[in-house]
This record gives sequence, structure tokens and C-alpha cells, in this order.
Amino acid sequence: MAIIELRGIKRHYVVGDIVVKAIRGLDLDVDTGEFVAIMGPSGSGKSTLMNILGCLDKPTEGSYFLDGLETSKASPDAFADIRNEKIGFVFQGFNLLSRTSALENVELPLFYDRTGARTDARKRAAQALAEVGLGERLDHKPNQLSGGQQQRVAIARAMVKDPAFILADEPTGNLDTEMSLEIMSLFQDLNDRGKTIVMVTHEPDIAAYTKRIIAMRDGAIVSDDPVRKRRVAKDDLAEWKREHAYLAEGAAS
Amino acid sequence: MTAAKLITASIRSILRNKMRSFLTSLGIIIGVCSVIVMVAVGSGSQEQIKKQIASMGTNLLMVMPPRGPREANRMSMSDVTKLRTEASYLSAISGEVRLSANVVGGSTYWSTSVYGIEPDYATIKDWKVSNGEFFTDKDLSARSKVAVLGKTVADKLFPGEDPVGKSIRIETTPFTVVGVLASKGSTGMGDDQDDVVMVPLDTAINRLTKDRKIQSIEMSVVSEDLMDEAEAEVTAIMRESHKLGDGEEADFDVMNQEQIIQTASQTSQTLTSLLAAIAGVSLIVGGIGIMNIMLVSVTERTREIGIRMSVGARRRDILLQFLSESVILSLLGGLVGILLALLLSWVMTKFFSTPTLVSPSVIAASAGFAAAVGIFFGFYPARKAANLYPIEALRYE
Repeated sequence: MAIIELRGIKRHYVVGDIVVKAIRGLDLDVDTGEFVAIMGPSGSGKSTLMNILGCLDKPTEGSYFLDGLETSKASPDAFADIRNEKIGFVFQGFNLLSRTSALENVELPLFYDRTGARTDARKRAAQALAEVGLGERLDHKPNQLSGGQQQRVAIARAMVKDPAFILADEPTGNLDTEMSLEIMSLFQDLNDRGKTIVMVTHEPDIAAYTKRIIAMRDGAIVSDDPVRKRRVAKDDLAEWKREHAYLAEGAAS
Repeated sequence: MTAAKLITASIRSILRNKMRSFLTSLGIIIGVCSVIVMVAVGSGSQEQIKKQIASMGTNLLMVMPPRGPREANRMSMSDVTKLRTEASYLSAISGEVRLSANVVGGSTYWSTSVYGIEPDYATIKDWKVSNGEFFTDKDLSARSKVAVLGKTVADKLFPGEDPVGKSIRIETTPFTVVGVLASKGSTGMGDDQDDVVMVPLDTAINRLTKDRKIQSIEMSVVSEDLMDEAEAEVTAIMRESHKLGDGEEADFDVMNQEQIIQTASQTSQTLTSLLAAIAGVSLIVGGIGIMNIMLVSVTERTREIGIRMSVGARRRDILLQFLSESVILSLLGGLVGILLALLLSWVMTKFFSTPTLVSPSVIAASAGFAAAVGIFFGFYPARKAANLYPIEALRYE
């Protein structure tokens, strides 16, 4: 079943007298359990597409069905509720609340829950953090955590309400190789457990861990292919560590 | 989102910036504190004036010339005599003239108020003699040149000596001191009640004042229940004495104790309102401080707002969050201000013997005003926060 259905999406911005056509007519289906990478150079419209997918922005034309619901006519409040219930965001810059513990950061979506299922917010947040391997660092503040750990907190926050899909915007953009591999390995774990993930990236290496790559250019999709030789981040991480240990040994002797 | 959660979140965010929150509240703290203290000092001094006037004597009734030029005064000894013989509710009555004069005695002189009065005056105004005795009706009818000194005058003219039996001169007329009054202290407005010399009324009229007019008539009514009847009767007798026709405007004022208190506390009441108004302005300035900081805070926390919106905060949630932060800030400021005001009032009364009276209504009003300031000055920044676009807020560096 398709979780995301985009039909004839257009997004035009008016800047002074000029109309910028960021997205010029786009159709896209994403099914449950997919792991999609959206790629493209800057100005290709991938950020605009991400904003529309994340219900942060409305298309100028076309319709967007999310989990079977038409969203393009929704009010700002309904948009907020959709973001709360259906979408888990992971950003390049982590976007955690500073001076706020990991646990409280993960609790944040439950804080704005309007469905009434928030009685055990603390427990659910703690559980989500345990799932991303941070069960021991509930009370750490973002500045006490490494970049990779911060991004894992952000993933726990995205997961805590069990959303329809996770929307990741360059999730490894601020991370070194080891941390990037850790994050991709975590995403692959989540995907293996059935979670749908849509990820915007411009790194082909990172896209190689997904199952499907959509390339964009000039506001349209230019290719949409399944990944043939899907890489496993866990294996790459192990190999990277081996190499590194070897290099470190060489340097030491 | 429940109110409890909202308040917890706001308090947490206030505590995240302790120093700044404190400085922001300081405006409110000072504002609330000064309003309460000003009003407390004002009502304290009013209360003292009331007490002092009450201590002047009980069931007091006065006839005074209407306010205006001195020439309008038509009160004379015959009024006093007529009241004394005809009024049925009075237990004591005395005419009064006042003048300022130089009093020479011992080796020095002193400028003071001289009261020409009748012996009943001591009863009416509750004056006691600490030393010697008050002059008598005989002194009055004989126009004796005798005087009773207030404590201040006695101390100035005859330091360390007993003035009784000594002679003084009031302007050029020689008098013999027959008594010294017991001290009454100063009035609520700072006038020294002991800075006075009392002489028989008839003597004063004949020797000291140039005209034969009485400046006021002081009376004691037999019982508090009869104040209204006595006032009506005195008014009627005075009208008759002055031959006023029906509907003709009275050329005198009859005042009871209540009215005297009102007249006396009017100045201090005006002053209190003025001071409270100035203090109120500082409260508004404090509110502007809150608005300023909240605006800075909204800009600084744009990203936080974006994050909150991306995880599902509605505009209203953001509005309420910032609004509750500013209200809590100003309420906390108000609370600290109240405590500080209570402390300050206590210190003023205890160590500087300034009378203060902190009324619960003023506390409630300033707490309410502090909250209103928080809402009023917090609304604009909060609305600004709520109207941010999530995409732009998230991208904000």
C-alpha cells in the first residue's frame, strides 16, 4: 500500500516579478517498507519536495495523499497535527533543543500529542532512546553528546510516535565517516523492521545504503531506479573499524 | 497540552536563563515593591493622622469660618455665649483665637503659636498639665495675664528650669507662667503640637489680637450617639445668631471629627496617589523590559520554535508557551516584589519609625497588575513567535 502518493505536484515561488518553478509537475508513490533516497544537485527542487513531503509547505498545484489522506487542503493546525502523528523528521543539523536532556528532546512530539495516547510519555521516550542505543544517556544534554549520538537522539525523537514514515534531510551531512555509517546502519535496522524512510542526500555513497534512488533535476524526477547492489552499513562499519585499527597500529609501531 | 505541562515547560525555560530571567523580572520587582511601599507609607501616615485627631478629644465638634479671606469671618464671642447657653447636647465649649508671636522669657526668645482659649479647651482637646496648673474661669473673666506653656516652648525658654511662676512677654505684654502642658508629640504631618502657648481667651482678644473675632469654636458633645443632633442644633443656633434667613448661605462651617480627619488627610491622600502613580509608571517600564527580553528571546529561539513546529506544535501552542513564560516571569517578579515590600515596610516601621500600613487589597491589585503587564507586554512577542513559518524558522541560524 502506498504511504505517499504525489499527483501532479507543482510548487512555484514568486520572488519580485519572477516566478521560480521549484517543482514543475511531479508524480511519486512510496510504499510501506521502502527506503528511498532523493538525490540531485542544489536547485534541483529536492529541498522543496522534502518540505512538501514533510507537510511544512503546500504545493501550488497537485495533490498529496499521506497514509490515504489528502493533505494539500489542510489548515495550518491540521498540518501541525499531521507532522505530529504521521511524520518523523531527522535533520542535517540534528535540531535538538539545546540545554535540554535527551529524554526531554525525545518526549517533545508526545508533548504536542492530541490523540490522548501520551500517558506514558517518559517511558516511551526512554524506550525509543534505548532502541537507538542511548539507553544509558537519557539525561545527557546535546552538548554532552557526539554528533552521531545527537543524530541518534533525533532519530529516537522521530520514532517515538511510530510515524507513517521517517523523513531525513541529509542526516549524515554533518557527520564523519564512522558516525555516518553508524547512522545508516541504524536506518537500515529500522527499515528492516518495516519502517518507511525517505532520505534526501547528495552523497552517492550514502544513497547506496537505500533500496531506491530518485534523481531530480530542475524540479522534476529524471530517474527512479531500485538499488541493485545494496550495501550493508553494518558490514562497512566493521571493515572501516578494522582498517582503522590497522592504520592506528601501523602508526604506533 | 495541559496547563500543568505548559507551566512546567515555561518554568524550565525560564530557569534555563536564570540571570536574564532575574534581570527581566527586576523591573517588575521594583515596580510592584515601590507601589506597595508608597501606598503603605501613605496609608500609614493617614492612619496616624486619624489616631491623632481621635486623640485630640472625643465627640469633637467645631465651628469654623468658611474657607476664604479672613474678612469673611463673622464669628464673635457672642456666638460662643449663645451656644453655651442654648445648646443642649454640649458638655464643654471654648472659643479659640490663634496668632503667631515672639515669646520672650528667661534669657532668650522663641517664635511660636499662641492660643487664646477658655479652660474647657483642655477637656475638649484632652490636654493635661504636667506641672503647675491650667488657668481658670476666674482668670478668664479677670483677663489675667497668665500663660500655660507647651513642652517645646518651656524647654526652649527655660531649659532645665521650672517655668512655673516665671514671667514671659508675648510680643510686648508681660504674662506669668502658671503651668506646663504634658507633651503630645508631633502630628502625622510633622507639626509639633507642643510648640504652643495658651492664654485666656479674653486676655488674648484684648491684648494680643487686633480684632474681636473668634477663629473657631471647639465643642465636646455629651455622647457619640448625639453627634448628628448636636451638629444640627449648633448649626441652627449659629444661623440664628448670625441672623441668617432661610436658604441663605451659611457664613460658618460646622465640622465633626470625621470631617476634620478627612480635611487633614486630604493632602496626604493626594500625595499617596501621586507617589503610587509614579511607582505604577515604573511597573509599566518593567513591563516594557519584559517585552524587550521576550522579543530577543523569540529571535534567539527561532530555531527552537521551528523544531517545535516540525514535531507538531500548533501556532496556539507556541503563542501560549511564550505568553505563559512572560506571565510567569512577571508574576514571579510580582511575588518577589510583594515580599520585598513587606520586608521594607517592616524595616521602615521598626527602624525608622515611619508608620506603614500594607493593605491586602493593594497587594492583590499589584499582583493582578503584574500579571496584566505580563499578558499585555508578552502578547506581541508571543504572536510574533507563533506566526513564524516552520521552514524559515528551521533554517534560521
